[in-house]
Amino acid sequence: MIFLRIFFEFFKTGLFAVGGGMATIPFLYKISDSTGWFTHQDLANMIAVSESTPGPIGVNMATYVGYITGMRESGVFGAILGAVTATLGLIAPAVIIILIVASFLKNFRDNKYLNSAFYGLRPASTGLIAAAGLSVAASNFFPEAFTLASFNWKGAILAVVLIVLTNIKKLSKIHPIVFIALSAVVGVVFSF
Amino acid sequence: MKLLLKLFAVFAKVGVMTFGGGYAMIPILQREVVEKQKWASEEELMDYFAIGQCTPGIIAVNTATFIGQKNKGVFGGIFATLGLVFPSLVIISLLAGVIEAFSHIVWVQHAFGGIRICVCVLIVNAVIKLFKKAVIDKFSFVVFLAVALAAFFTDLSPVIFVLVAAVLGVVIKNAGGKKA
Repeated sequence: MIFLRIFFEFFKTGLFAVGGGMATIPFLYKISDSTGWFTHQDLANMIAVSESTPGPIGVNMATYVGYITGMRESGVFGAILGAVTATLGLIAPAVIIILIVASFLKNFRDNKYLNSAFYGLRPASTGLIAAAGLSVAASNFFPEAFTLASFNWKGAILAVVLIVLTNIKKLSKIHPIVFIALSAVVGVVFSF
Repeated sequence: MKLLLKLFAVFAKVGVMTFGGGYAMIPILQREVVEKQKWASEEELMDYFAIGQCTPGIIAVNTATFIGQKNKGVFGGIFATLGLVFPSLVIISLLAGVIEAFSHIVWVQHAFGGIRICVCVLIVNAVIKLFKKAVIDKFSFVVFLAVALAAFFTDLSPVIFVLVAAVLGVVIKNAGGKKA
């Protein structure tokens, strides 16, 4: 029953991804590797769409992955069911935990052990996202093999331009959707 | 029942108006939840956000659950959260269908080829931002580097890294009677 599996995989993601939407990306790559429901390329496309549409990124990505997986399994009905199960799976742990935490809120923030756990968790979560970023980069800059011949030069140039643009102070307030749209145009014009 | 539906509707509105989630949500929550509905004070909102950051899950979801719970108990929490994710479900489902249908067109593939490069850059920028907050000393740098390399070169589940790092954090901070 693929929909139970979808729920379980996203429940795991919701339980262990700490620090917001981007923190779910390493888990989504793991799901791609272990289930084959979607490719790394699919995932990169989904990240872009999730950044460019309303709603929290993490929720959007879960809905998208569930939709595509369900659709490939059993058509439109499967797509809707997949989207709903993935989204509910993602939010279920947070809802349960928060409902428990809310009952003893005052002590929670000052808890010594909790704070020290996060001292280790935060850099680990950042490291996981960095590794996921490396995987995305590897599949985009070396689409066929790790050789100089298959290196995606056009992509590398665009990446450098984007890194510079997005880190200019005056432009940093601009929403990522602008850069995504710009990259789409560049992709079409220079046939990426 | 009326309040439950109201929670659902207001958080659905917050969901529609949030691009990107997380901190992008704060001004919208301030206006809709604090000023208009008076469901929480400014300080409470900041507290919920801080706790949302250090509990598992999406920060926006955590905040919605908190505010719903405070005003209408467990069901309030559930309704507020379902309201928040409802627009995502509708919008992404519609879009995903359209994008799948057009994905075989060559120029659509080229567009996504460009977009994927941008996604790499967005992830790099997210890592830089998080790095500044998370990596504050030698220990946290070692954890960052070890996890990044191990996760890239092995097939181990991210769950393992998260659990080990949490335990390490507790042990290092509390070992030898040092203050946490």
